[in-house]
Amino acid sequence: MKFRAKIVDVGCLNHFTRVVNTVSKLTKACVLRLTCDHLYFVLSGRVATGGVSMWCELLQVNFFDEFQLEGVSADANEIFLEVAPENLSRALKTAQNAKSVKIKLTKKSCPCLTLAAELPSLSSLSRVVTHDLPVDVIPRRLWYDFREPQMPEFDVSIYLPPLKTMKSVVDRMKNLSNYLVVEANLNGKMNLKIETDLVSVTTHFKELGNPPWGEDGSQSSSRTHREPELMAETRVDIRKLQQFLTGQQVNPSRAMCNIVDGRILHLIFLHEDVSLQYFIPAVV
Amino acid sequence: MPLSTQSQSDVDQYILIASLDNARNLSNILKAISFKDHAIFNATQNGLKVTVEDSKCLQANAFIQADIFQEYIIKEDAVGFQVNLTVLLDCLTIFGGSTVPGVCTALRMCYNGYGYPLTLFLEEGGVVTVCKINTQEPEEPIDFDFCSTNVTNKVILQSDSLKEAFSELDMTSEVLQITMSPSHPYFRLSTFGNSGNAHYDYPKDSDMMELFQCTKIQTNRYKMSLLKPSTKALALSCKVSVRTDSRGFLSLQYLVRNDDGQICFVEYYCCPDEEVEEE
Repeated sequence: MKFRAKIVDVGCLNHFTRVVNTVSKLTKACVLRLTCDHLYFVLSGRVATGGVSMWCELLQVNFFDEFQLEGVSADANEIFLEVAPENLSRALKTAQNAKSVKIKLTKKSCPCLTLAAELPSLSSLSRVVTHDLPVDVIPRRLWYDFREPQMPEFDVSIYLPPLKTMKSVVDRMKNLSNYLVVEANLNGKMNLKIETDLVSVTTHFKELGNPPWGEDGSQSSSRTHREPELMAETRVDIRKLQQFLTGQQVNPSRAMCNIVDGRILHLIFLHEDVSLQYFIPAVV
Repeated sequence: MPLSTQSQSDVDQYILIASLDNARNLSNILKAISFKDHAIFNATQNGLKVTVEDSKCLQANAFIQADIFQEYIIKEDAVGFQVNLTVLLDCLTIFGGSTVPGVCTALRMCYNGYGYPLTLFLEEGGVVTVCKINTQEPEEPIDFDFCSTNVTNKVILQSDSLKEAFSELDMTSEVLQITMSPSHPYFRLSTFGNSGNAHYDYPKDSDMMELFQCTKIQTNRYKMSLLKPSTKALALSCKVSVRTDSRGFLSLQYLVRNDDGQICFVEYYCCPDEEVEEE
């Protein structure tokens, strides 16, 4: 197994850092899956994490100048590592102004991702700062747990309102209730609702637009006949939604969500070279 | 949008409707008295009075006159109810504390009467939020029986001078002592904390002193924990009047200008902790 990669462009480095920062705000531990074309940060839904799952996909070539991978075997040319994204985040912080950053898989007393940042200095010699981030190699037999999530058979897909507004509202609602209902319809309307003994609050967003999934094979014909005013809803733990909204470091070019009525809230943020999906299960 | 599409029958059933183009003109002043969860609302033709009390020794009132509101309709002589003030403030600021000029939250507050929730319609940038907050039977606010005929001493100060003093007050002191006298030290704030005693003197001819009417020397102590919340009102205000009566009760009245420069009042009443006999 071998992995070596290098970033030389400061813009790519900053972008990569922001992505890692976002992931580190969402989870303490996740799986880093490396393939020839992509990097993935994966969190698979488990009871311990409250059932949320995350799939963050980066197109390698848009970040790295050099990228060499030799996976576990010829027919499985991939590497799966369990990492603590916060460690990577902290290491990248010291590499902010680096001329280049090299990442490679090494073996110290345990397997590590070693990050070496070449920092500018006043003398002709560069200063190199190295971080060894311990990782766990995930054996092939467990790879199935971290496979790409299937697009759920959603009832409604809708573009999200401006994140700043959504975040303000969710922040306040969190003071008032532990649970939040997200409902939306195919007429571009979305409501965020909380209800407790003391208070009920509903925020109405309209004219949001619905993504045209029609051409995508995942749309079943019955959905195209769905009554446009009919709302699909999920009730979720408000802290999970707040955590996701707070962690975002970059404004996505597209932000949308898919709702499986009573089951899942599926959030999708798309940037030019990164996509982030977050699945929040419904609570009863 | 609910604000404009409310049916006539909806509007008819409300006994109180109060609207503001800028919800901050209500939320800011309510923050100045938000030291307890519950607030008593009393609305009359003159406007809104909101009362918060603490352990029967402290009372804060915020007055928002009817003409501050862009719309103020009341169908009874007096409308009273009690709500959770913390919840109300979270609702009034649901769109966050945006200080972008020109962007503000519009508010319409409606009440159907006894047993009904307080309904708020808030709008910012085309997004509407509807809140229904449960109400309770209003408690009777304490009457501190503080009337101007019993006032022994009165000063009116520009808030800036007091703001500095209050921000530096030794919080390890259990009491704040206020001395008012026709002669030196005129107006003095004193604390007795772990690091020693501290005095802040305001001479009667100071620039900051707008009015000085002291008839006899009085020294009273008030629990610091009770007065601490009043610093929020002080921070918002431009002028403050400090009055004590023959029993040593304290009245602090704050003149507050809202975002649009309109005037509202906040007052705090506080019982003395113990009376100090003057020599």
